[in-house]
Amino acid sequence: MKKGIKKGVLLGIVVAMTAVLAACGSDSDAKSASGDSSGESKGSVELLNVSYDPTRELYEQYNKAFAAYWEQAKGQKVTIKQSHGGSGKQSRAVIDGLEADIVTLALGYDIDAIQQTGLIDEGWQSEYELNSSPYTSTIVFLVRKGNPKDIQDWDDLIKDGVEVITPNPQTSGGARWNYLAAWGYALHNNNNDEAKAQEFVKELFEHVPVLDSGARGATTTFVERGLGDVLLAWENEAWLSVKELGPDKFDIVYPSESILAEPPVAIVDKNANKRETAEVAAAYLEYLYSEEGQTIAAENYYRPTLDRVKEKFADQFPEIKLFTIDEVFGGWAEAQPKHFNDGGIFNQIYAPK
Amino acid sequence: MQTGVSKRGVLPGFGLTMGYSVVYLSLVVLIPLSALLLNSTGLTWEKFWSVATDPRVLASYKVSFMTAAAAGLIDTLLGLLLAWVLVRYDFPGKRWFDAIIDLPFALPTAVAGVSLTAIYSQNGWIGSWFEPLGIRLAFSPIGITLALMFIGIPFVVRTVQPVLQDLDAEVEEAAATLGASRFRTFWRVVFPELLPPLLTGFALAFSRGIGEYGSVVFISGNMPMKTEIAPLLIMSKLEQFDYAGATAVAIILLTISFVLLLLINSLQRWVRKTAR
Repeated sequence: MKKGIKKGVLLGIVVAMTAVLAACGSDSDAKSASGDSSGESKGSVELLNVSYDPTRELYEQYNKAFAAYWEQAKGQKVTIKQSHGGSGKQSRAVIDGLEADIVTLALGYDIDAIQQTGLIDEGWQSEYELNSSPYTSTIVFLVRKGNPKDIQDWDDLIKDGVEVITPNPQTSGGARWNYLAAWGYALHNNNNDEAKAQEFVKELFEHVPVLDSGARGATTTFVERGLGDVLLAWENEAWLSVKELGPDKFDIVYPSESILAEPPVAIVDKNANKRETAEVAAAYLEYLYSEEGQTIAAENYYRPTLDRVKEKFADQFPEIKLFTIDEVFGGWAEAQPKHFNDGGIFNQIYAPK
Repeated sequence: MQTGVSKRGVLPGFGLTMGYSVVYLSLVVLIPLSALLLNSTGLTWEKFWSVATDPRVLASYKVSFMTAAAAGLIDTLLGLLLAWVLVRYDFPGKRWFDAIIDLPFALPTAVAGVSLTAIYSQNGWIGSWFEPLGIRLAFSPIGITLALMFIGIPFVVRTVQPVLQDLDAEVEEAAATLGASRFRTFWRVVFPELLPPLLTGFALAFSRGIGEYGSVVFISGNMPMKTEIAPLLIMSKLEQFDYAGATAVAIILLTISFVLLLLINSLQRWVRKTAR
């Protein structure tokens, strides 16, 4: 009987191994086949742009524009594949082996994490102009039509009876900008007193009835479930909500000051070199700074950085005082562990007394 | 030769099937789990312990296990009822009814979460009735339990139903002719037979509930210390690229689940033994 088991086990292992090997084999076959085809025909190239959620419409439009531009300039057909999801999740997917040529994420911290694995060369954030952030955004308030609670500035968020909707900054990269915007405002209005800023942010989060895990979830909570009086949102998301859900339901309120949200872009050097796409990938990111690229960004409610386009869309983007994460927080490398990691300030807000 | 054959048992192919079981169990379950353990080796023992016993993590275990247990218990009762109705009575549309039971299996959990939240939130169909009473269904532990009930109900129905179907009507008739009341017939004759599948159903619904993430994040409100489930904390740690911390939470979660399931299984074996 023992021999029987052993034989069976052995046979089973052999069968399973062959199956696995066969699967691996066919996988690598497929890969090399696709590699060959792209190598053979210089006439076409494929790019994978791994991005975060609210850029879907932006890049759909931009990809078409870039493909047309590239074909005219170089006579090469480029097909761009997009992948969207939460910024942190997308970053982990690239770390775990998703072969992105380009990443366009919500915050530099998520690209730093990829860089630390060696997939991206150091100094990526100075590779392109303006901290490698071709378009920017900021954090604004979305309130119910007519602004019944009269919310004008950050101070109004901690008035009695005001409920604030914002996702959890520990699970949502976008929400970290919300938190930092509030912190920066409190800092500037309390003579840079950190303790006062912490007090303000703590009070703010006491007005948050529901902490969604992501930005889209928070928007649903505010818009569909009717919870809360004000939604802290990216400017582009706020405009999109108003456009899609009807201007008769919501108003956008600009606080006196806010943070300059810089969603950066980078080439994943290792992947791009391996797939021989470095040249077109670089052009893809550079073209974001062109007049056409900037116009598309502005049309999708991201703040353009090119002066000519800025002027054209001046009505859409009111001038408010904006501070950057580098100025106030010393960049993500400092802000992330201090505020959001375990043991950081955000955790203390919810620590039991 | 003959003794060899008799030793091998009646059914041939034991070695082969056992081999397959071992291999597939390894490929599908054991290897991923050992990868999990390996991931946490980046932590020192003290660090592991401090992550695992952080007050917020402890609170999330409590939320996860309490709501999963509550949902499992309610599902066991409701599931028994549903299975009973489906097996014992005939009514128009019974087949449809029967098929609907399986829907929670097929529905993407995120879809379930969104639609349950829509119904149970304070301006939803059902939630709006409870709001004036000061009871908040969505964004509270009740909401989590409701979501887990939805996810877990087919497990109970589908484990109890076949046993109930195979139960001979004659046994009950015999009990009745011997003078047992209807309640006594159910309690002493039918119920002992149903207890093992009920326990299995409970264990399945319960363990499914502990790991459930997709539907719960929408309805729970995710407030730290109150309605934050353990799987969400795991996600939160991954978001900080803290793989080791995430696996630490996961390992504790798995260990508790495993011990609980082991307990339920041995309870079930004990019930089966004493019933016979």
